[in-house]
Amino acid sequence: MKLLFEKSVPGRRCDILGRCDVDYVPVPEGFGREEPLPLPELSEVDLSRHYTELNQRVHGVNCGFYPLGSCTMKYNPRIDEDMAALPGFTGIHPLAPESAVKGCREALDTAARYLREISGMDAMTFQPAAGAHGEFTGVLLIKQYHDSRGDTGRTKIIVPDSAHGTNPATAAMCGYQVVNVPSAPDGCVDIEALKAVLGDDTAGLMLTNPNTVGLFDENILEITRLVHQAGGLCYYDGANLNAVMGVVRPGDMGFDCIHMNLHKTFATPHGGGGPGAGAVGCKAFLAEFLPHSALAEEPGHIQVRAFHGNFLIVVRALTYLMSLGREGIPEAAQNAVLNANYLMERIKGTFRPAYDRVCMHEFVLDLSSYKKETGVSALDVAKSLIDYGMHPPTMYFPLIVHEALMLEPTETESKETLDWAAEIFRRLYDLGHTDPAYMHAAPHHAQIGRPDEVRASRNPVLRWEEA
Amino acid sequence: MNFPSELQYSRSHEWLRTEDGAAVVGISDYAQDSLGDVVFINLPQEGDEVQAGEPFGDIESVKAVSDLVSPVTGVVCAVNEALLDSPELVNQDPYDAWLIKVESVSGTEEMLDAAEYEAFCAQCGEEG
Amino acid sequence: MSYVPSTGAQRREMLEALGMSDWRELYRDVPEEMLLTEPLDIPEGMSELEVSRAVTAMAEKNIRFDAILRGAGAYDHYIPSIVRSVTSKEEFLTAYTPYQAEMSQGVLQSIFEYQTMICQLTGMEVSNASVYDGATAAAEAAAMCRDRKRRVTLISAAANPDTINTVRTYCYGAGEELRIVPAKDGKTDPEALEAMLGPEVASFYVQQPNFFGLLEDGAALGQLVHQAGAMYVMGCDPISLGILKTPAEQGADVAVGEGQSLGLPLGFGGPYLGFMATTKKYMRRLPGRIVGQTVDSAGERCFVLSLQAREQHIRREKASSNICSNEALCALTAAVYLAAMGPEGLKEAARQSMAKAHYLAEALTAIEGIQLVYPGPFYQEFVTTAPRGGEILSALEARGILGGLPIEEGILWCATEKVSRQSLDETAAVVREVLAK
Repeated sequence: MKLLFEKSVPGRRCDILGRCDVDYVPVPEGFGREEPLPLPELSEVDLSRHYTELNQRVHGVNCGFYPLGSCTMKYNPRIDEDMAALPGFTGIHPLAPESAVKGCREALDTAARYLREISGMDAMTFQPAAGAHGEFTGVLLIKQYHDSRGDTGRTKIIVPDSAHGTNPATAAMCGYQVVNVPSAPDGCVDIEALKAVLGDDTAGLMLTNPNTVGLFDENILEITRLVHQAGGLCYYDGANLNAVMGVVRPGDMGFDCIHMNLHKTFATPHGGGGPGAGAVGCKAFLAEFLPHSALAEEPGHIQVRAFHGNFLIVVRALTYLMSLGREGIPEAAQNAVLNANYLMERIKGTFRPAYDRVCMHEFVLDLSSYKKETGVSALDVAKSLIDYGMHPPTMYFPLIVHEALMLEPTETESKETLDWAAEIFRRLYDLGHTDPAYMHAAPHHAQIGRPDEVRASRNPVLRWEEA
Repeated sequence: MNFPSELQYSRSHEWLRTEDGAAVVGISDYAQDSLGDVVFINLPQEGDEVQAGEPFGDIESVKAVSDLVSPVTGVVCAVNEALLDSPELVNQDPYDAWLIKVESVSGTEEMLDAAEYEAFCAQCGEEG
Repeated sequence: MSYVPSTGAQRREMLEALGMSDWRELYRDVPEEMLLTEPLDIPEGMSELEVSRAVTAMAEKNIRFDAILRGAGAYDHYIPSIVRSVTSKEEFLTAYTPYQAEMSQGVLQSIFEYQTMICQLTGMEVSNASVYDGATAAAEAAAMCRDRKRRVTLISAAANPDTINTVRTYCYGAGEELRIVPAKDGKTDPEALEAMLGPEVASFYVQQPNFFGLLEDGAALGQLVHQAGAMYVMGCDPISLGILKTPAEQGADVAVGEGQSLGLPLGFGGPYLGFMATTKKYMRRLPGRIVGQTVDSAGERCFVLSLQAREQHIRREKASSNICSNEALCALTAAVYLAAMGPEGLKEAARQSMAKAHYLAEALTAIEGIQLVYPGPFYQEFVTTAPRGGEILSALEARGILGGLPIEEGILWCATEKVSRQSLDETAAVVREVLAK
């Protein structure tokens, strides 16, 4: 379809502002824009139709099953949107006086209270704008803690080899050397390998639990104890909190700080890649190191972005938290785990789970033997799912499983949807044996065929330009 | 897979030969094959110092970026500018598409000969 | 309420299929002693009607002002209706990052269009798909400008304090040094900058217009930076670029900024939008997602996430940034805003904002005891002296006007196209009244 720029007609416009009721002032000599401003020129009806057409080429959670592992694509309740759109929230300036923002403070405090209880932490900040941003904040808490004690020899952060890429990237952004510990054959942390890397140079450990293969690490108390014994702190990556919220708390697992992805666990929409919100919680002894806005609060603290964070995302999460409440939070977790196990069970006998045991909210299929048999790769299966209107699972992650497909159904999918999805997987499993060529060429009925990514990277075209 | 016998190889998959007193460095056939379609190569500038065992640039394919590790210590005296516009040359003929030439060489990493390197690659393949 | 569609009977049926009789068996890997035995200490769940009442009651505890004369990083510009209508479409709203190009062309094309418009606005050649906000964009820019030899970051003291503090935090994390270039008369002191530029300096960041609303001599500062071999980063107000020199025209290597003005509500500070653009030369140093154009298997134009090999999911600890989620929906918002305003509309928003700020400045400085603190041309913000500033602001608030921001130097005022002349006149009258007492 055409780009906005290709629909532009010189002289066409939306009349938004009207006339100015004071006199214009000239731009001071030497400060004025000289290059042309080639923005597209369109009417409102052009825009309305353009974006409607684009929107029809997007698969949202509202369109159908979206089992994208580690992303927790649960349904995003509409009431959350309505609450975030209340003018009493949207119209508030972040630097308005305290007397005028009591409602915003109440919303933040209430959300913090819920999340402290769910995470088992003592203090909370909403400044981080996303999960990775929360990781950055959390590891900076660890760094400040060691610095404040003059304990400057701690230069290493331990990260399991199954971790999300953001974990090592975060540790590096915080000036730490990353030590990867291999996973044991059961997908959990290899305790002996962990012991081998712990020492007086250990600043901390970053861990996801349930881990990225969807398993709860039953040695978790031993792991956090060992890290503490070495003088390090434990960071909980909350990417997988949906499996355990209201059932078991990271704070009780021995973690010192945590980020929670409000845009995963607490149902705020992903917006095609963001905005999210990465609430960071910590135990009381780290609270003094939490970030604050120099302008809106007080200088002298770390700060990871302007003002108070993605407030309107917090309002959505708060609405969700209040809706679910005491019983609904664990109910959601239990059903997320139930749905994942049920779907895994229904797929068994075709594609092979990488770990054949009870999983948490997600599980990983290992297609390496299937690929050897049929030549059909995890990518081919993923692309074939698109033809059925199902968003593919996360592919080729975690790195410790070859030909991995990671499925996270979430609790908001019904049994009927899971039965349907399992049936599609079975059908594709068979198709790989009878017509692999068809799957290599999939998708066949999507918006586009497979894109040429080599061309995109070798000759990058990153903006439209007048031909 | 091709392992020319006149070259030396590093365990990080660079090849090395000497030409007119300068050390010439490239990446092996095995390396280009593992990376897949190379889309960009980031190289140092003439006059930059390189250290044996340390990265001097990186090479990017659609799905991966790898450090380029220098097998020698010295000063870069030439850079293969053609690769900046046509990185695919590394896929087409990795032994012709050299990356940098280094002079004033003062140290060299421990290198493998072609037979040893071929065996090393076979081992990597099994593990990978 | 938990939005779980499966009925009790279905849940039992599913458990049975797993050979289980109780949900606790699902958590058999969790050590018994860790399982919560008591319910969470939070209130019971609520119906939609109940939660709607409760959250609305919170919103009503806030005070909304009829006129907002406060900026300092968050600006009350008019938001065209089409913007909200587009960005509340459920597919745009609920999709994840467009990893699967075959079912995400709508998101990908919208980002490609956004990237193009950011380039058009800034005069730069390449834009990423967004970062969290203007402050983090400045911090990411500082990181992308460092190389093996040049490590030190310089930032103007006349930048927004939140930006300075955020860049400081990112530098602290990376173990790199940040040095503040002092201001003189409210603007970056070029002599101080020149003296501080050395072979160890990677980049210098200036905000244009700066925190005090003043126009910096951007091109001259840029020359100093380039003479010293460092990179020049400019933080800009996107609407002002309708009429003010682009960062490209001032020699910037990286243009960043807060995109909130482009159709996003004040929202007590977020979500906002960090934009980042650079030249082709530094394209592969840009952090975050970038959408590129290519062709599909049938040779048709299509869009994909491109240059992904720079990113954390591939590079892990070697990635230049850990950013994963960005502000995609806010980038979409900005794109719709820019397309709705068009070139003439955007210029008009900039002209009117500047006109109203100057009208207000004139009205205020006509009052005895109120003067501009800094000389020099300004755009839509300015600082005045503030005798009895607290009283002035309280009196304005009582009249439904959020006055300027009290800062050390006085009051930092702001006006946008959204404030009416009547409100501006009323503001001056209230100030006059207070000072006449």
